[in-house]
Amino acid sequence: MADAEVIPLSVPLGTRGRPGRGSRNATPSQAARSLAPAKSGPKSRRPARGPSVPVDPPRPVSAVGQVDPSAPATEQTAPPAAADAGRDRLAAALAFLRRRLTGDYDVDELGFDRELTSTVFMSILRPLATKWFRIEVRGVENIPADGGALLVANHSGTVPVDALMTTVVVHDHARRHLRSLGADLVFALPVVSELARKGGATLACNDDAERMLAAGELVGVWPEGFKGVGKPYSERYKLQRFGRGGFVSAAIRTGVPIVPCSIVGAEEIYPLVGNVPTLARLLGLPYLPVTPFFPWFGPLGLVPLPSKWVIEFGEPIRTDSFPEGGADDPMLVFNLTDQVRETIQQTLYDLLVHRKHIFF
Amino acid sequence: MSEVGMGRVVLVTGVAGSLGSETARRLAADAAVDKVVGVDVLPPRGDLGAVRFVRADIRNPVIAKVLAVEDVDTVAHLSVSTSPVTGGRTTGRTSVKEANVIGTMQLLAACQRAPGVRRLVLKSSTAVYGSSPRDPAIFTENTALKSPRGSGHAKDFAEVEGYVRGFSRRRPDIAVTVLRCADILGGQLGTPLEQYLQLSVLPTVLGFDPRLQLLDVEDALEVIHRAVVVDHPGTYNVAADGVLVLSQVLRRLGKLTVAVPSIAVGTVGRALRHTSRLDLNGDFIAFLTHGTAVDTMALRAEFDWTPRWAGAQTLERFAELVGHGPVTADRVRHVEQSLAAVLTSRGW
Repeated sequence: MADAEVIPLSVPLGTRGRPGRGSRNATPSQAARSLAPAKSGPKSRRPARGPSVPVDPPRPVSAVGQVDPSAPATEQTAPPAAADAGRDRLAAALAFLRRRLTGDYDVDELGFDRELTSTVFMSILRPLATKWFRIEVRGVENIPADGGALLVANHSGTVPVDALMTTVVVHDHARRHLRSLGADLVFALPVVSELARKGGATLACNDDAERMLAAGELVGVWPEGFKGVGKPYSERYKLQRFGRGGFVSAAIRTGVPIVPCSIVGAEEIYPLVGNVPTLARLLGLPYLPVTPFFPWFGPLGLVPLPSKWVIEFGEPIRTDSFPEGGADDPMLVFNLTDQVRETIQQTLYDLLVHRKHIFF
Repeated sequence: MSEVGMGRVVLVTGVAGSLGSETARRLAADAAVDKVVGVDVLPPRGDLGAVRFVRADIRNPVIAKVLAVEDVDTVAHLSVSTSPVTGGRTTGRTSVKEANVIGTMQLLAACQRAPGVRRLVLKSSTAVYGSSPRDPAIFTENTALKSPRGSGHAKDFAEVEGYVRGFSRRRPDIAVTVLRCADILGGQLGTPLEQYLQLSVLPTVLGFDPRLQLLDVEDALEVIHRAVVVDHPGTYNVAADGVLVLSQVLRRLGKLTVAVPSIAVGTVGRALRHTSRLDLNGDFIAFLTHGTAVDTMALRAEFDWTPRWAGAQTLERFAELVGHGPVTADRVRHVEQSLAAVLTSRGW
C-alpha cells in the first residue's frame, strides 16, 4: 500500500517550523510549553515524573499500577478498623447496586454513564492492562489536565482492544475520561453498542466530535478505522490512511490540541493471518479474521496473546494558532493530518527499535 | 415579534385530542387572543369554554370556508397524530396516515388561499430525525433529514414537515413555526412511548439501551402557546433538560422488562397489537433500539424560555399519574438494608 510505506529512521525529526511538531525531545517544544496553563499545567501537576525519554529503562511507577488502594489497606490495618472498612465497603457496594436497580444515576446527553464506567468497566479492564499486557505508559504529562483535547492513536489488533486499553491508561494515569469515537458498526451491534455508549463513546462524526471537544472533553480517535484493526499481521506497525482528516478539522474548528498516541504491542494480540471476505460480507462485517488460534481453538482462540505493550503520548500539537476558517482549508487539514500520522509512525518505529521482545 | 394588533383569531386543529383541547382552552383564556376556533372530526370530550367548536374534517375543502368565515389569522396545527387512536377511537394505520398527511395538505392549501393568515404553528416530533446507528448522537435543527422509510408516524411527521416547508416557500409572508417535540408524557396523548411505558411487562431490545428525551405535557402546552401568541419563525427542537436511557427510565418506574433479540421484536410487537393499544411498528422499534436525542439551544435562545420540568421530573410526574411498577425504590431499599444486616452479622 502506497501510503503505508516505511519512512526511514534516519530522517531527522524536527519541528520544521510547524507548530508543536512532536519531536520527542527531552524538553517540550515552545508550542507545548505555551499550551500548558500558566498555573496548573500538566508539568507542574506531576513534577516527580518528569519528561519521558523513550530510551529510559522501564520505570515501575509508569507501568499501569493503579491497584485498588483499599485492597492492601485492609490487611495492614488493625482488625477492628478492617472490619469497619469492610462494612463501609459492603454498604457502598449495596448502595451502588440499589442506585443501579432504581435508575438513580445520571447519564450525559451522549449516554455516558460516569459512575458505571469508573467503578465497573475500569475495574474489569484494569487487570487486562496491568497484568496481561503490562502496559508501560510514557508521556502522560502531554495529556492536558483539563479542557478539550483530541487524542489520535494508531489502531491495530484485529479486535479494537487498543482503544479500551488507552481508555484505561488515560483514566488511571491522567485521571480523565477518554471519550472515544467509534465506527457505526459499533453502534449497530447489540451489547457492544450499549456498552460503548455507557463507556462514553459516540459515533465518529464531526457533529459529535466537535460537540464533545467544545464541551472540554478529552476525545480519542483511531483514524485508521477498520483499515488499521483489520490489516494482516505482515503489515504490522505500518499506519494506514488517516481517514479523510475529519478529526483534524474538528480539532481546528474547536481550537483544541491534538495529542498523538502511539501504541506498541496491540498488533501481536491476535495476529491476523487470514480473512474470509465472503463470509464477512454475509455477516455484514468489515472482515472475518483468521488467526493462528482462531477459529481453530474455538473460544480459546479468543484469548489475546499477552504481548508487552507500550503506550506513548506525544507532545500536543496546537491547532488554535491557525487563521480563521482553517478547518475549511483542505491543504492545511491534509498537512496537519500527515504531520500527526508521521509523528505517530516515527514514534512507533522508535519504540519498536528499542523493544526487546514481543512478550517481555 | 410583530403583534397583529386587534382581532387575533386562532384556529386549532385536533381539539378532540387532549393536547388540542387544552391548547384551545388556554388560548381562549389569554387576553391577547380574541377568538379561538377549534376544529376536529369528533366533538371534544370536555367543555372547551369560550372556544368555538366547528365540527369539520381538515381533509375536506370546507376548512377553507372556516378560515374565511372566522377571519382566522393564526393556525395551530396540532392534529398530526402519533397513534392509531384518534379522539378516543381506535382507527387503522392507513386512516391515521390519511388524516395526518392529506389533512395537512388540505389545511395548507386553504391557508395559502386565505389572505388573512399570518402565522402557522405545527406541532411536529423529534421522530422526524429517526433512530439509527449511523447518525450523530445529538440532532440539531440543521441536521439534514433523511428520506423516511417504513410507514410509521415518523414518516407522517417528515412528510407533513415537507409540505409545510413547501408552503412557507410559497407564502413567505406567513411566519411558520415548527416545534419538534420530544415524547410528551403526562397528558395521556396516546403517544407510542406513553402507551409503551404503561405495559405491565415491557419488551426491550436485547443489547441496546437507547437514549431518549421527554417533555412534560405542561411544557408542551406552554411552548405551543408561546409560539401561537408571538412570532417565532423557524424550526425548534423542544425537549426537557437531560437525556435518560431507557433502562434508567424503566427502573425509575419500577417496571419489569423482558429483553427480546432484535429479530424477534417485530413478532412481539404484532402480538402486543392484539392485547394493547400499542402499535410497536418499525419506527418505534428503531427508537427502542437506537433512541433519539436533540439539541434545544435554538429554542432556549429564540423563546428565551426553558422547559419547567427536567426529564427526570417529567418521569416522576408521569409515575405519580400512572403508578409505579412492582420494583419500587422503597422495596429495593428494604432489600438492601436486610441484605446488609445479614451480611454484616455473618462477619462480612
